[in-house]
Amino acid sequence: MRFFEFEAREVVKRAGIPVTDYGFTTDAGEAREIAQRIGGPTVIKSQVLTGGRMKAGGVKFADTPEEAEAHAREILELEINGHMPRGVLVDPRAEVEQEYYAGVVWDGTRKQPVMIFSPVGGIDIEQVAEEQPDKVGRRHFSNILPLSDFQAKEVIASTGVSGSALNRLVPIVTRLARLFVENDMVLAEINPLGRLADGSFVALDAHMDIENEARGRHKKLLAELGVGEEETRQAREATPFELAGEQVDAQDHRGVAGNVTEFDGNLGLVIGAGGGSLTLFDAVRAHGGEPANYCEIGGNPSVSKTCGLAKLVLQKPGVEQIAVMMSIVSNTRVDIVARGVIKACLELGFDPAEKIAIFRIPGAWEEEGFKILEKYGVDYADRSVSLNEAARRAVEKIQGASAEAA
Amino acid sequence: MSILIDADTTFIVQGITGREAVNLTRECLDYGSGAKIVGGVTPGRLGRDVHGVPVFDTVAQAVAHHGGRIYGSVVTVPPAFTKDAVFEAIENGIQLIVIVTERIPRRDVAEMVELATLRGARIIGPNCLGIIVPDVIKMGGIGGPAKNAAQAYTPGPIGVISRSGGMTTEMSSTLSAAGLGQSTAVSIGGDAIIGSSYAELMPLFEADEQTRGIVIYTEPGGRMEAELATWVTVNESRLPIVAFMAGRFMDEMPGMSFGHAGTIVEGKEDTASEKIARLAQAGIAVAERIEDIPGMIKAKITERAPA
Repeated sequence: MRFFEFEAREVVKRAGIPVTDYGFTTDAGEAREIAQRIGGPTVIKSQVLTGGRMKAGGVKFADTPEEAEAHAREILELEINGHMPRGVLVDPRAEVEQEYYAGVVWDGTRKQPVMIFSPVGGIDIEQVAEEQPDKVGRRHFSNILPLSDFQAKEVIASTGVSGSALNRLVPIVTRLARLFVENDMVLAEINPLGRLADGSFVALDAHMDIENEARGRHKKLLAELGVGEEETRQAREATPFELAGEQVDAQDHRGVAGNVTEFDGNLGLVIGAGGGSLTLFDAVRAHGGEPANYCEIGGNPSVSKTCGLAKLVLQKPGVEQIAVMMSIVSNTRVDIVARGVIKACLELGFDPAEKIAIFRIPGAWEEEGFKILEKYGVDYADRSVSLNEAARRAVEKIQGASAEAA
Repeated sequence: MSILIDADTTFIVQGITGREAVNLTRECLDYGSGAKIVGGVTPGRLGRDVHGVPVFDTVAQAVAHHGGRIYGSVVTVPPAFTKDAVFEAIENGIQLIVIVTERIPRRDVAEMVELATLRGARIIGPNCLGIIVPDVIKMGGIGGPAKNAAQAYTPGPIGVISRSGGMTTEMSSTLSAAGLGQSTAVSIGGDAIIGSSYAELMPLFEADEQTRGIVIYTEPGGRMEAELATWVTVNESRLPIVAFMAGRFMDEMPGMSFGHAGTIVEGKEDTASEKIARLAQAGIAVAERIEDIPGMIKAKITERAPA
């Protein structure tokens, strides 16, 4: 989960890394007060979880508190890439002599975190790595051996930085590495890290991303930052349909019938498991089908949970038919999924034979499942029909049905 | 032969009294020649048994009861306790650890893997279904109940490596139906950091005489496919590889996570199209459809076979 800049700066500050004397607010009047307190030129920055805010007019410079208020008022109303800002950050405009970069990320291949440092900051580190590779230092560090200053010293020195700058940077980079580990971050980045006229360093912007699976062990920090437990902060916000999917999945703890993503097609998908869903979604689109949604079933969900998911999809506006398909199941039971989707059709007053374009789930308890499907006249397929073929048949059927209706 | 496990492999199940673990134990005991599950561990449950397997409080007790080194462990305990359970296994001399548990934070996984490496142990997973040697042994829930596993998996020349547990079975079933059995199939897990990647398992398949070709299931997210492409090129692998890439639609949806925790497009290198290009460069064929895999791998094996 990504942090807003004002939250990330707070995390940086708590780790003992110097930051500017900024203020966060959701109110233009208060922005003026913060600027007054700062008492000099300021920068007003939109707090959005999307890139390109500078280009979009989400960052503005003010010389007076009045100007700060006017900019804040404008920025608070400015939508950037479909995101409304959470607030604005009022930041003193620091006299920066040089901008540096410091970051920590995971290396999934080495299975260790890696510190990244560059004396060229303020721009995308990937661009620096491409254009001036000798200006980017990288150093892995152990997950279990002690983290020590010399590691930061090595990575900084490897980029040609020496003198008092080196000695002042070492504790900052070490602290960044430590906060990355201790807070279960997947990204911790200070960019730019500014060197001021007096030789001191200050974090001017920060990007932090905490691992979702680890949120449970950082409840205190998240609460103090004001992050709501329900906030997912995905690339786009969850739609009401997707939130309803989460509710279905949360109704009991048995298995999964959820992970719903909304699309705008006419073919509802009740699919699984993780890899199977990805494969099936691709297959439906490859055959020219238009999925109404993505979802995942797995881990042997109950009849009522499967029914809940199927109902949600069946009731989605624009959905004409559903396709119930999974890769071969060994844990999830075919008969339970069959019962769930048939129950959903019946309770909504639909004929399962008409609403279910195809049922392709082979595996555990398939004889029992197929018997139920036969009873209701639902078109089903066993493992001799590939995922791709099943998707093709579903698309063909729904396109035929649409043509007939028209 | 096989990789990682064979008919003589001894292992324990940590968290054996959990509902899924009880099923998994039954399945492994029933499959093939019957797994040698020499004990189970659930703290506080010493003296019980699960399908005849004795339960202990500690791994050390299980080792003492067995009277010698135990080779493997299947770990299926809640995410908050997994790291400790794996450390316990490693420090008691376990060599091969299959972690079934999902939703373990990366930091914990990285710590487990680093300790395992220091001690010469190997981790498969987390978030995986384990390993199966068709008709011989399975270690983990892979393939499900013995009857179902026997329907999908048959012995033969193909090594299968998959980031998706379910798709390991789907692909193996398709191979079996085309007369291509499997030497060993490994569900490696769907997380961003896992104990054993494709490239880390390749040397084992390379050394296995039974294996004549490799089939892998891949997804967007991470650098594991790039690592494999490099490995294959640098080591001039004797084994032809066919890959299947799921989740191509995700290229249009950066930042969104689908399927598995590790499946997210965060940068250009994570995309399906970038990965397909890299694999192709290394001579790894990428199948559009699962049903195309048997024909493709057969052709590649024939191509490489000495006349």
